[in-house]
Amino acid sequence: MEQTLIENARLINPSSDSDETGSLLIENGVISAIGIGASERANGEALRIDAMGLALAPGIVDMRVQLREPGEEHKETISSGIAAAKAGGITSMVCLPSTKPVIDDVSVVQFVARRGREEKGTKVYCYAAATQGLRGEQISEMGLLKESGALGFTDAERTIQDARVMTRVLRYARGLDALVVQHPEDRSLAEGGDMNQGRLADRLGLVGIPPEAEAIIVDRDIRLLRGTGGRCHFAHLTTRASIEAVRAAKRDGLNVSCDTAPHYFCLNEEALKGYRTFAKVTPPLRSEEDRKAVIEGLLDDTIDCIASDHSPQDQDSKRLPLPLADCGMIGLETLFALSVTYLQDLSLPQIFRKLSSNPAKILRIESGLLQLGMPADLLLCDPDKTWKIEEERMRSKSKNTPFQELEVRGLVMKTFVDGRLIFDREAEQGANGAG
Amino acid sequence: MGLNVSTCLSLGDSLNSMPRNLLGIADLKVSDINAILTRTAEHIKVGSHLKGFRHAAQTTSRKNIEPLSHLSIINLFMENSTRTRVSFELAGKRLGAEVTSISVAHSSIRKGETLIDTAQTLRAMAVDLLVVRHPHAGAVQLLAEKLDCHVINAGDGFHEHPTQALSDAATIQQRKGKIEGLKVAICGDIRHSRVARSNILLLQKMKAQVRIVAPPTLLPDRAQIYDGVEEFSDMREGLTDCDIVMMLRLQTERMQGIFVPSTREYFHFYGLDREKLAYAKEDALVMHPGPMNRGVEIDSNLADDLALNLVHDQVRTGVAVRMSCLELLWLKGSRELEQPNKDKVIDFPSQTRALK
Repeated sequence: MEQTLIENARLINPSSDSDETGSLLIENGVISAIGIGASERANGEALRIDAMGLALAPGIVDMRVQLREPGEEHKETISSGIAAAKAGGITSMVCLPSTKPVIDDVSVVQFVARRGREEKGTKVYCYAAATQGLRGEQISEMGLLKESGALGFTDAERTIQDARVMTRVLRYARGLDALVVQHPEDRSLAEGGDMNQGRLADRLGLVGIPPEAEAIIVDRDIRLLRGTGGRCHFAHLTTRASIEAVRAAKRDGLNVSCDTAPHYFCLNEEALKGYRTFAKVTPPLRSEEDRKAVIEGLLDDTIDCIASDHSPQDQDSKRLPLPLADCGMIGLETLFALSVTYLQDLSLPQIFRKLSSNPAKILRIESGLLQLGMPADLLLCDPDKTWKIEEERMRSKSKNTPFQELEVRGLVMKTFVDGRLIFDREAEQGANGAG
Repeated sequence: MGLNVSTCLSLGDSLNSMPRNLLGIADLKVSDINAILTRTAEHIKVGSHLKGFRHAAQTTSRKNIEPLSHLSIINLFMENSTRTRVSFELAGKRLGAEVTSISVAHSSIRKGETLIDTAQTLRAMAVDLLVVRHPHAGAVQLLAEKLDCHVINAGDGFHEHPTQALSDAATIQQRKGKIEGLKVAICGDIRHSRVARSNILLLQKMKAQVRIVAPPTLLPDRAQIYDGVEEFSDMREGLTDCDIVMMLRLQTERMQGIFVPSTREYFHFYGLDREKLAYAKEDALVMHPGPMNRGVEIDSNLADDLALNLVHDQVRTGVAVRMSCLELLWLKGSRELEQPNKDKVIDFPSQTRALK
């Protein structure tokens, strides 16, 4: 029996909201003992790791990433995405179906799963398209796609605009007990827009996207969900009004959940000053008022999860006049540190609830908890270590981060998947130093 | 004649604050604006911006009237333009510079070359000064960041058109003797107008009272977007007691959706005619950046009344303003060069880099 014993660690348990020093034993890739008794159960051959007081937490479950494979391998591949993910403490991630070809066919789901397995790193899952070709017209083969491993259904960065189609998607998905993920943005209001509507957009001569574009779809879908039943998840909420709508829906007992991304609580629209295309994202960075509302939403648990919304873009897609530049920023390696740095009112167990246990629960995957019998998907981190974000050190193939040179707190030191050490910062640095 | 570069030195320390590129009115200080306006007034006084001046003066002292004869200027126009492009061409030529104009139809932009590649190409050709018009906001700034020559924004998307605003200011100053304290109504498609943005910024810096007049769909989306600017949707109310009525072109080619129901309705409520103009001061003057849509935003009869309508003055002044901008930016640059390393006029290392 293969055993690994991690000793002298701060055990961060999001489900019990606890943060206590102790040991954790992994047997055959599964957590077999936590705290008292873990050391006693370890046999003489167990691999012993002295955590030296670092925090041991459930690995991050990143529920929204774009890995660009298949189709845009010049921006990212599953391999480079995994390299970035494991350095960011991410043990499971779910990629969007907006690849080329679109993930709306069983064979593409299987391709992504196989490519992920081959890398033997972070576990790679995917959503499948909610509608065929992401066209928003006909629903996809949800049953077959779910059977082949798709964790949910979404039209990625496109919103399911047509209310009748959305009704059918929700209703059909309910029959399969499948999750529907909506990117909420009313196209008629947002189309052609460059950034958040407001004084700054006007000064810069850019076309504004009104915050109402988000709230209108969130309001509408909540209303539809009351009739259809099922599970609906809103991706990356950014405005006070839409967060308030979800808060009210949860109060009414509806099965809704939502996430946000670090840039929506770290940055506001001011980041676009000087036409910084690295700050162009969809939905757009909002006002300071909205940024505060996102933090409030995280504090009162209206917002369940934090996802990286990792969207790699190469130079050719970003070094353009802002209206022509593509949206998105990379985020796998900075997800943890930005969350720790900017959410100082949340305790570590609370942060890992947003990063690990809540997404795992919503996605219904076995991960995200320090619990007996769970796969040992773990990360060991130094939550107080400060470091500087440097794009040239990023493992992602694309370097589009607006956080270049930012000093942040919280560094992932080791990452384990199914008890296997897949990332070890010290070993890597040692190797680099030697080389 | 006294019109060589050294006369600019009389403008004093204001040059030190002048940015190396003219990207927008937002970056200019009041002293920069005054320096440009003063220099423009000098050009107008001696007539150096007019055709024939060079020819007449050549017989006397050629050197003095061609202060920029060693300068290479490229006008890169990625959007249609007649008056601004010609105005910059004439301004450069009347200062003796070597001027090349590239417009979209002839450039490799159409062949898929990116803006950055174009910039690198031009950089390799050792251009001193680049004048750029581009359909997208911020594109000129992006170019300026990639180039070590001076860059002038000749209009970028909905963002800014600084030399137009400076021409308008110079025209107002000539006719009214001042800008401070004047009531100026800017009327029409504010939302899609870089001219309006630059003018609002400039007039506010020069302490004029600015009003904007338009149907709400053509005003910025969120109300009261500019501090201290009054908004009107009733034109008669908006024009009351104004000194200057600045009309904007209804830019139909930029409409993303439906902003006004018809040109007929627009003209009825927002087209400038004598009846509406009567609400302004008796000596009010009318301006238009051109080209005018007769019968859409301005009555044809008024468009032809050159006693009231300054449209041709604006164009004429435009050449003098652009001459001043070219001179001041260049002078600023040569002053920088004059500083510690006098011998480093040609920076070989950076040229080597450009060739890579």
